[in-house]
Amino acid sequence: MADNAHGSQPVVRFETHPSRYQHLKLSFDGAIARLSLDVVEDKPLRPGYILKQNSYDLGVDIELADAIERLRFEHPEVRAVVVSSNQPKIFCAGANIYMLGSSTHAFKVNFCKFTNETRLSLEEACAESGQHYIAALNGVAAGGGYELALACEHIVLCDDGSSAVSFPETPLLAVLPGTGGLTRLVDKRKVRRDLADVFSTLAEGVRGKRAKEWRLVDEVAPKSKFDETVLARAQAFVSSTPERKGPGVTLPALEARRWEQDGRCGADYRYVAVSVDAEQRLAQVTALGPEGAPPKTAEELRRLGADAWHLRFARELDDVLVDLRFNQPEVGLVVLKTAGDGAAVRAWDEALLTLAKDDWFAKEIVLKLKRTLKRLDLMAKSLFSFAEPGSCFAGTLLELALASDRTYAKSGETQAFIALSSMSFGPLPMPNGLTRLETRFLGEPGKAEALREERDFIDAETALEKGLVTFAPDDIDWDDEVRIAIEERASLSPDALTGMEANLRFAGPETMESKIFARLSAWQNWIFQRPNAVGERGALTMYGRPERPEFDWRRT
Amino acid sequence: MSTVVTSEKIPNNVDLSSDKKLQRALEAWQPKFVDWWKQMGPEGFQEDDVYLRTAVSVDSDGWAHYDYVKMPDYRWGIFLADPIPDRKIGFGDFMGQDAWQSVPGEFRNILRRLVVTQGDTEPASVEQQRLLGAICPSLYDLRNLYQVNVEEGRHLWAMVYLLQSHFGRDGREEAEALLERRSGNPDKPRILGAFNEPCKHWLSFFSFTYFTDRDGKYQLLALAESGFDPLARTTRFMLTEEAHHMFVGETGIQRIVERTVELMKKNKNEDARAEGGIDLPTIQRFINFWYSVSLDLFGGEISSNAANYFASSLKGRAKEEKYEDHVALTQVMNIDVPIVEAGAFKGMKSEEVPLRNAMNEVLREEYVADSQRGLDKWNRVIEKAGFSFRFKLPHKRFHRASGIYAGLTFDPEGRPISREEWEAKKDEWVPSPADDAYVLSLMQKPIYDPNQMANWIAAPPRGIKGQPVNYAYVRHEA
Ligand SMILES: [Fe+2]
Ligand SMILES: [Fe+2]
Repeated sequence: MADNAHGSQPVVRFETHPSRYQHLKLSFDGAIARLSLDVVEDKPLRPGYILKQNSYDLGVDIELADAIERLRFEHPEVRAVVVSSNQPKIFCAGANIYMLGSSTHAFKVNFCKFTNETRLSLEEACAESGQHYIAALNGVAAGGGYELALACEHIVLCDDGSSAVSFPETPLLAVLPGTGGLTRLVDKRKVRRDLADVFSTLAEGVRGKRAKEWRLVDEVAPKSKFDETVLARAQAFVSSTPERKGPGVTLPALEARRWEQDGRCGADYRYVAVSVDAEQRLAQVTALGPEGAPPKTAEELRRLGADAWHLRFARELDDVLVDLRFNQPEVGLVVLKTAGDGAAVRAWDEALLTLAKDDWFAKEIVLKLKRTLKRLDLMAKSLFSFAEPGSCFAGTLLELALASDRTYAKSGETQAFIALSSMSFGPLPMPNGLTRLETRFLGEPGKAEALREERDFIDAETALEKGLVTFAPDDIDWDDEVRIAIEERASLSPDALTGMEANLRFAGPETMESKIFARLSAWQNWIFQRPNAVGERGALTMYGRPERPEFDWRRT
Repeated sequence: MSTVVTSEKIPNNVDLSSDKKLQRALEAWQPKFVDWWKQMGPEGFQEDDVYLRTAVSVDSDGWAHYDYVKMPDYRWGIFLADPIPDRKIGFGDFMGQDAWQSVPGEFRNILRRLVVTQGDTEPASVEQQRLLGAICPSLYDLRNLYQVNVEEGRHLWAMVYLLQSHFGRDGREEAEALLERRSGNPDKPRILGAFNEPCKHWLSFFSFTYFTDRDGKYQLLALAESGFDPLARTTRFMLTEEAHHMFVGETGIQRIVERTVELMKKNKNEDARAEGGIDLPTIQRFINFWYSVSLDLFGGEISSNAANYFASSLKGRAKEEKYEDHVALTQVMNIDVPIVEAGAFKGMKSEEVPLRNAMNEVLREEYVADSQRGLDKWNRVIEKAGFSFRFKLPHKRFHRASGIYAGLTFDPEGRPISREEWEAKKDEWVPSPADDAYVLSLMQKPIYDPNQMANWIAAPPRGIKGQPVNYAYVRHEA
């Protein structure tokens, strides 16, 4: 998209490649990969802060997200990934405090969201892709540094008297660990809540054996045995994980064509197009369905590689979503449209899911779709889908509509059709662990499952009846209804809408993931706004300055 | 005036017998300390009688009690300088309030870290020096080494007393951990870098006591200002002992220099090495090394920790009363900060740093000035002997491993140089393995005869506590 940055934040691009990494070193030794943090101090994403002590900013995390993704697609032979630091005595000091201190609120929130998504993708790689991440803490892991370790499947801490894990956020900065750390402590690692309380108020953290006793790490090893302990653990993961047949699938650059014209800007990808109308604070995202017959065998799919429709579509949509979050902060409404042949989408869906039973690459594509659609669920922007004649809200693409806050389907003489596919019933769950259909019909148990019988295309009127769309205006009213829906939405408070949508989207059970995002929005984002953190005398403001912070002692 | 009960197991002026819990905790720690001393203290001389000074009270004659004692039987005690009635906090945000007699909860963790970091240096230096007895230049020097060692042991006791009496279970665990870390052991190193550097021979020992103990002096001076009164009183008394350690270093190097110039005069090429002495450039290299690693101990030039310690009235400046503004909120300090782009050094820029954030640098500057005084004395020896060589302290940027200059290369004048140039010249500037080997070769035969002095060092002008120089300060069967 064209450079339409607002305020002080420069445009951020999310595509990168190991050959361009500045802060990460990715190396391979057979089935074991090494991801070493070596953050270059004077290469922040934007000027104004120094990335000391392996602290990270969005630029570092973009590399991390890219590395995790490429490991999954390009290096199926890798079964263990050792995450460590190339800097002495420090594993990672977490998100850079001066970067946070000098960022807008919106940027901080989106930064935390992105880093959370990256950590979750790492966890998913452990659980679903047979790539087991080991945090080799050869130094201090503080704040976000420890949160990165918490996302890994196994944590080894060097017992050298100085390496420690810590959450200094509360005692030093009057904020919370922003990348799911608190939730992971008690939910994932099952650290006792009182010990977690002590740990989270102890700026210097916990070292050595006590860290193990408190379940903060899995293993401690003396310095002289550290490397061999980590290697042995990596080898154990390798030998207990089934091999995935290579070769990997290279992920080429997406090469979006970005344009700017008459106050609007946009980007055209192969299967996704986005255009932004700054004046209306509106983005329109159009997804194109696949063409031709789907691949029938794993070999055919492999031949398509990164050009396979699902994968290409997911990568493009993903890039659009993060771009909208960071580079279009004033866009409040995203209109989702589709174009193409719904029958083709369904055919491709069924083919991919059949292959995914045995083929790791097909399975990776499904997982990538799942992550991307979760990214959509978590947009702090209103999502409206508009289904018109010629659209293809079917299967995978129907998820766009199901993720939306509202769906409008055109009825009347030339009407829109939607359709379900096997993708609708399980492979693409939301952060709450349910399918979008299950979440939608929480009040009608069994209904989502009963929809499996719907094998035909469903016209707008019927879709309305079945509760699959919100409104089905006919062709006479359509233009007006659409215009009014957009204008009305644009008039409401962006804060209230963000909160309202987040509350309504995630009905049903909690998962660790849903808790992380819910608490991020409800607590961390609130605390990040409060004078005790960012006021003139707040702790985040005062950090590194000669004076001590002052607090407003009233509890809320 | 404080009272001391010397008949107790642990001599003290803190009324230990009235605090049974603390007494029990310390009595439980004592055997572990003695075990550590036997295992990690002076190797080979534990059964010998050593003419040592033992502190039995804090008043001027009370702590100058001299007698023969076997080191494991040394009476390590707990002494705090007498309280100053109604002492007020003298700096920081709590300036003017009553000094704290117990730890404020808000600062418990950072105070504990301060105490542990200081405490860790005390046993560390004993460990670093444990093998020096086998290569000693005289019984006089051997005794001085052990005097320093037992006092470092007592400094450990002082810090352990604070940990045990004010920091609860965490404090007790830290007290144990102080006995578990080992200097130079990669698996459980001492906390600070200089305290993991091997002290292989007596030139390093004298350099260490001159430069590294002097860091101790400044840390203690800064802690002696602390709003936490027990820490202030403890460190004030430790300072009296620290003075002797620096005396050992200063006079030790002075006597080497005296001997070196004597040997230079003797030799027609003014070659001290040819006469079995230590040449002046070699001494300079050891100065460069120990001075620079000691500079690292002061911490980062621009430090939020330092600001926090000062703001919280926990660690002040040395002799705070000589400053006018004790809140230090409005002043700045100009610090030369290297400009590094893409890992490459691009020059220096002067940066205005809020004074509180520059407190480490304030202390370091005082240290630098104080360190110069010994060099001036040694240079006078050389000058009087008619030689033109002069010792020089290297620039603050030289050979630094922490702070803003770490990772960059500077020559002893502070001029930036390339890594290649550093590699090519470093043997001229810091001791090489060959220097260590040479110095060690001079010390292969230890001197245990009270009437002898090693060839590479001059005899001291006088003995200890009125005793002659050739007194049997250590009764050792060679
Ligand atoms: Fe000491
Ligand atoms: Fe000392």
